[in-house]
Amino acid sequence: MIPSIPQSSLFRNTYRAYVLLFFLFLAAPLVVVAVFAFNDSLFPSLPWGGWTLDWFFNDSEPKLGIFYDSELLESIGISLFVALFVTAFSLALATSNAFLFERQAFAGKNLLYVLMLTPLVIPGVILGVSILIFGSSVANGVENQTGYDIELLRPGLPLVITGQFAFITTICTLILAARLRKFDGSLEEAAMNLGATRMQAIRTVTIPYLRPALIGAGVVSFLMSFENFNTTLMLVGSDAPLTIAMFDRLREGSTPVLNAVSLLLMIASATLALLSIAVQRREA
Amino acid sequence: MNRSALRLGLWLLLTPLLLWLVLLILLPHIDMLMISLRQRTGPGEYAFSLNNYLAFFEEPLYWRTFARTAIMSLLATVLTLLIAFPVSYYIAKLLRGRAKSLLFLMCLIPFWVSELVRTYGWMILLRESGLVSGFLQWTGLADGPVEMLYNDAAVMVGLVYTAMLFMVVPLITTLDSLDDAQIEAGYDLGGNGWNVLWEVVVPHAMPGIVSGCIVVFMLTLGNYLTPVLIGGKDSLWFTEQIYTQFITRFNWEQGSAFGILLLFLSSFMVWAGLKLSRQSFTRVMS
Repeated sequence: MIPSIPQSSLFRNTYRAYVLLFFLFLAAPLVVVAVFAFNDSLFPSLPWGGWTLDWFFNDSEPKLGIFYDSELLESIGISLFVALFVTAFSLALATSNAFLFERQAFAGKNLLYVLMLTPLVIPGVILGVSILIFGSSVANGVENQTGYDIELLRPGLPLVITGQFAFITTICTLILAARLRKFDGSLEEAAMNLGATRMQAIRTVTIPYLRPALIGAGVVSFLMSFENFNTTLMLVGSDAPLTIAMFDRLREGSTPVLNAVSLLLMIASATLALLSIAVQRREA
Repeated sequence: MNRSALRLGLWLLLTPLLLWLVLLILLPHIDMLMISLRQRTGPGEYAFSLNNYLAFFEEPLYWRTFARTAIMSLLATVLTLLIAFPVSYYIAKLLRGRAKSLLFLMCLIPFWVSELVRTYGWMILLRESGLVSGFLQWTGLADGPVEMLYNDAAVMVGLVYTAMLFMVVPLITTLDSLDDAQIEAGYDLGGNGWNVLWEVVVPHAMPGIVSGCIVVFMLTLGNYLTPVLIGGKDSLWFTEQIYTQFITRFNWEQGSAFGILLLFLSSFMVWAGLKLSRQSFTRVMS
């Protein structure tokens, strides 16, 4: 089953057909979502009503296009806001974690490493719920003692950011630690021999070396935050990020404006992904 | 550099990690456990009680949903593995150079898009006025519109689709590291394709298979969107129960008990998977 071992042509063709079928399966829902963004009908379904750009640019009901749908536009803004904070916090902590696990030796390191990985095996809904509970417990405790209500710990954007940060940090840590592991320590020593302090050496030699991983991890955490649903659902207050707003629309039964948003999302994520791949190629 | 400066550096790096793990992971889950073990006895008064767990076992709806979720998640994991393995093998072992990286990238693309969008795509495909139904009528295989949404099979399609990436990537990574010479040696020693698959390829791919299965199972178990949007009235999922208890009924004690049970199930499965395949958690996860 490798090119150097001959196989019957029947087997080869069946195998190829299977792989082709698999990619059709992968592409089908996305293609369908994209194509129906141009359907001139109030429902994202057959029959096909002809091509239109109304779901992007029309400014009035019932065919309100995405660029005039203030509710969805606002939710995109909220998602961007959340994603930027999550990315910044996750990258900062993940960098520190990567240095800790790759450069330091201390008692209990293995235990902490396992603990650091656990957010990957906690279902998102549970993570969200547990942070919701803990936030409320702390807020209630403080309120009972001092009479001051900490708004920050009640459902809302700060909690959403916290919840996403809690598991995205793990993913960023893994990406950064993997890159740091390949770093040749003698480069840093060379910098220090040339008179740099340890901090200077890290800033001018090690961090630039980590740059592709930092960009990669940044893109991953931005997209993961932007697309997160499960954890967000449990922590969201009155300001709904895009996924939550779309979910609500979807349940009511929506117009193809959702297809238009989805298409824009696909284009944006694909651009970001390609950008990060290009950066990695150039700098790796 | 002296010792105390080294220790300072260690603590500077250790503190943020500990704050994160303790405040956002450990304490919230301990708090959830505590709340699941109490019962309201009056306004602002609580007493220790196992009632929330008893309610789970006494109410058939609860434990049946739990068992259903577990079994369907297992099934989805197995299906995902079976579908993904041949494709991963094809990409890792039968393709070279450009075609290989291109196809690998194509596997990833759908997953740069939100889960919500993917589920939405399946809704458009499978609904009564959807494309599959339209296609069946066009070919004459069906007389009228066919509703394919809102049943367990549709949920399964959605679950497998959503989880695919997390199986394909670890599989391709481990299969890629298998030396062709080992496969050739298997044939040279008189094995046929089947022997080589079972005695060379699968054992080599085991870490990838295990990590793929663990992540897929966990994601499927914790899925909320697919069963809610694609599932019918009877396709209940345990995460829906948790959501209902917390957000709709505001019964945090019962919801916490459900959360602990789900967490227990997923941890148990991860543990069992690692034990059965003799893999270590840190190796499989990173």
